[in-house]
Amino acid sequence: MSKPADLVQGTLDMLILKILALQALNGWAISQRLKQISSDVLGVSDGSLYPALQKLEHRGWIRAQWKASENNRRAKFYSLTRLGRKQLEKETANWNRVSAAISGIVQLKEA
Amino acid sequence: MDIEQWLYSLPLRLRSFFHPKQVDQEMKEELSEHLEQQISENIAKGMSPEEARRSAMRAMGGLAQIEQQCRDARGGSVLQDLAQDLRYGLRQLCRAPGFSALAILCLTLGIGANAAVFSWVEGILFRPYPLVAHQERLFAVAITVQGERIDLLSWPDFLDLRRNCTLCEDSFVSKITSSTLNIGDHAEVTTGSIVSANYFDAIGVHPILGRGFEAGEDVGNDSNPVVVISYRFWRNRFKGDPQIIGKTQRLNNVPHTIIGVAPEGFYGTFVGRAMQLWVPVSMEETFDSGGYKLEDRGARWIESYVRLKPGVSRAQAQQQISAIAARLQKDYPATNRGRSIGLWALWQTPFNHAGELLPTLQVMVAVVAFVLLIACANVGNLLLVRSFVRRHEMSVRLAIGASRGRLLKQLLTEGLILSALGTAGGFLMAYWCRHLLVMLLPVREGDAMYLPGAIDGRVMAMSLGICLVVTLIIGLVPALQTHHLDLAGPLKAESGGVVGVRSKGWIRSGLVIFQVCLSFILLVGAALLLESLQRIRSTSPGFSTTSVAVTGVSVVAAGYDVPRAKTFQNELIDRLVGLPGIESAAFARVTPLGYGAFSSTPIAVDGYQPSPNEQPEVDYNQASPSYFTTLGIPLFSGREFTRSDDENAPPVAIVNRTMVERYWRGQDPIGRRLQVKGRWARVVGVAADSKYESMGETPKPFFYVPLRQDFDREPDLYIRTTQSLPSTLATVLRTVHALDQNLALYETITLQEQVNRAALPQLVAGTLVSTLGGLALLLAAVGLYGVMSYAVAQSTRELGLRMALGADPANLLRLVISRGLRLAAGGVLLGTVAALAVTRLLGQLLYHVSPHDPVVFGLALAVITSTVIFACLLPAWRASRTDPARVLRA
Repeated sequence: MSKPADLVQGTLDMLILKILALQALNGWAISQRLKQISSDVLGVSDGSLYPALQKLEHRGWIRAQWKASENNRRAKFYSLTRLGRKQLEKETANWNRVSAAISGIVQLKEA
Repeated sequence: MDIEQWLYSLPLRLRSFFHPKQVDQEMKEELSEHLEQQISENIAKGMSPEEARRSAMRAMGGLAQIEQQCRDARGGSVLQDLAQDLRYGLRQLCRAPGFSALAILCLTLGIGANAAVFSWVEGILFRPYPLVAHQERLFAVAITVQGERIDLLSWPDFLDLRRNCTLCEDSFVSKITSSTLNIGDHAEVTTGSIVSANYFDAIGVHPILGRGFEAGEDVGNDSNPVVVISYRFWRNRFKGDPQIIGKTQRLNNVPHTIIGVAPEGFYGTFVGRAMQLWVPVSMEETFDSGGYKLEDRGARWIESYVRLKPGVSRAQAQQQISAIAARLQKDYPATNRGRSIGLWALWQTPFNHAGELLPTLQVMVAVVAFVLLIACANVGNLLLVRSFVRRHEMSVRLAIGASRGRLLKQLLTEGLILSALGTAGGFLMAYWCRHLLVMLLPVREGDAMYLPGAIDGRVMAMSLGICLVVTLIIGLVPALQTHHLDLAGPLKAESGGVVGVRSKGWIRSGLVIFQVCLSFILLVGAALLLESLQRIRSTSPGFSTTSVAVTGVSVVAAGYDVPRAKTFQNELIDRLVGLPGIESAAFARVTPLGYGAFSSTPIAVDGYQPSPNEQPEVDYNQASPSYFTTLGIPLFSGREFTRSDDENAPPVAIVNRTMVERYWRGQDPIGRRLQVKGRWARVVGVAADSKYESMGETPKPFFYVPLRQDFDREPDLYIRTTQSLPSTLATVLRTVHALDQNLALYETITLQEQVNRAALPQLVAGTLVSTLGGLALLLAAVGLYGVMSYAVAQSTRELGLRMALGADPANLLRLVISRGLRLAAGGVLLGTVAALAVTRLLGQLLYHVSPHDPVVFGLALAVITSTVIFACLLPAWRASRTDPARVLRA
């Protein structure tokens, strides 16, 4: 399996952070939310979600806790840390800047 | 990563390192939970159970791969990577045992030589006194006369210093002395210290039996005959008797009460000697031949130390002590004029062997650094060859996804394994070499030389630091090579290197040039030192050395007073001179080039007007009749001392040539007057200059007075003889015992031996530098051999082609050797430039040899050229045996 391109990789991190900023979720629920939000455009496989979660946890942006899930089974719930919230702000700002620039270029081309 | 991130990630990392199974289990649980959810959702959509599972698995991707990706993402694998790299590195090293052994051997030699020299520096210079507390705050104290000459303190000076130095925590005296032990019916000479009563408290050493000295035991004249003995003395002489305290031991014929036994491993406070016993200062007259000195401010014999209070700098203390000395100059101008008091760090102590060994050890530190660099260059070379062999492996690892950083980590880990093993070997080597320095020194009778290396925390830290630097160097050299590595490279055919032209292996060639350069510098240094040693030994010190024996008779220990000693001296000379084989015999207080210090006095000369700031002060010796005949010092005019120049006759003196030139402007001084210690003496002779304190000194003014007019009970005895040393010794001993059975002889040696001992620093430095220089040369030869063999092996095609085109074996032999010589020439050229610049640093170790001596440089060149040819012979021979038919067909 080849690594996703950097842009997509970074985007995946940002999306996960954004999702967790709203509420703490387990892996399954995050994957469902991802599918909903991105409408399968980004094509995030379930496979690439879990390594990403491990990475974010090790960077201290999210925190994992074992809790009972809605159907009363043991599940790992992820929530955003203070660092994660700061990271999300930074990445969002970054994203806005880059996407504004890119759409500017795209429109320039059309003109 | 900032700290907050570490707070989150560290527990995770530690957990995944120490409980990898549990973490893995949780991850699997999480993934299977996801699968289950997916499957039940699929079933809810109407799939059959098998179909639901298959679809879920497909959506997930390969489970094992994801698990691995998760493990990688955890990143807690730094430690796991390291463990893996270590395992892998060890396997790699075991796969090439010859290479590994050679590399580890090189590093062991390089690091071991450094650790050994550091341990000597630590054990001899910085922490010279085992068991003594706070040595970093200890300083040696001595007098400086006119800011240039160094002299010792007197006991009253010392007491004033101790009373007034508020910045000093403690001050104590430790004066080396020899002592005659009376055991049963024979006498034996040993070494001890005369110490102040606070000695053991001040150095923080507590006797294991009995006590140290008590305050007041250093007051009075011969009033406290008590002694603390060394652990070794107690074990050997008294068989470790637990009831030893309170027993008596005769020392210099005076019964001393044994009051304490020093702990094991305590050797006293004199660099170079292991002390056997300690007596209080109040017993000075018993041990010192010069009479009672405790109340004489002019008697300078105190070797002392101060310990500064914590936080006090040497400069601050020096300031206070200078002020004290200035006050003493004012209060006691007769004895203290022009004398200030100085502080010396322990490694510069002016009155023990530390100062003699300092330049040698300085040179050694530089030399072992060279050896280490050469060893590193060698290992770097070996690793380069290895990395070429391993290019395929590296490319495969890159191709299957290892990052370059990961490869670098692997190479550094392998370097670390090598250097760690080398460091371990180096420690062993240093441990074995601890006492090597003593073994290089000539054996002396009757007292143990003690110059240990100390392998302590600081030496360890230093060596580990070296280990890390070495790791970086030898790890990065092959990394330079992988930098150029591309994935396709190894798949392409390797075009053979070319022997005859500049090859691509510039790193390897550079390393060889570097090695040859360093070896050349070491060879030049070694040759300069050996040449100095040779010249010292063959230079005349101004007196004859081979046919003169020197010894001493222990009359002080036998209780002789001055009149009895005078009678004894005359009788001994009379008896000796009549014996067959003995040409003449004489006494003098101090032997030139020996450890004893000459007397020194302010002088005045009739007709010589000193300049306002000049305070002429000259060393002199007390000599008996026939001294000049016996030592073979020529007299230019006048006469020797005679028996009639005694205490009742008018004072006379014999001056040396330099003194005549300085104070009489070269005019004949016979019959003129010279003031010595306030008394006017008439000059009766002019003697040739000779060496007095060291072989390296320039001619200086010096004079002699008759022994009878400045008497010493225990002068040295010189015998000019045609016999061998042992038979002379037997003759003298028989004659002495015929006079008095209770007398013992001090060590008997030839004056040549005395000169050789004066060349001790050159001997030690010469031996060590040539040993290490030889080692460096060997390493460089191995390096050159490796490079040439490799080049030949890589260019068999070219060699075969040359042969096919008509080159004969002799051509190829010449080709390879000339390539080796060209590399060496680069190294020698650089080495010559560097050596010209650095050999000056040998400074005072050189004796009558220019640091740029062309003969020495030529010699080093010859040695290195023949070594290079030798190292190239085997590869060259192999090249000449190339079979053109075979290699060209291949």
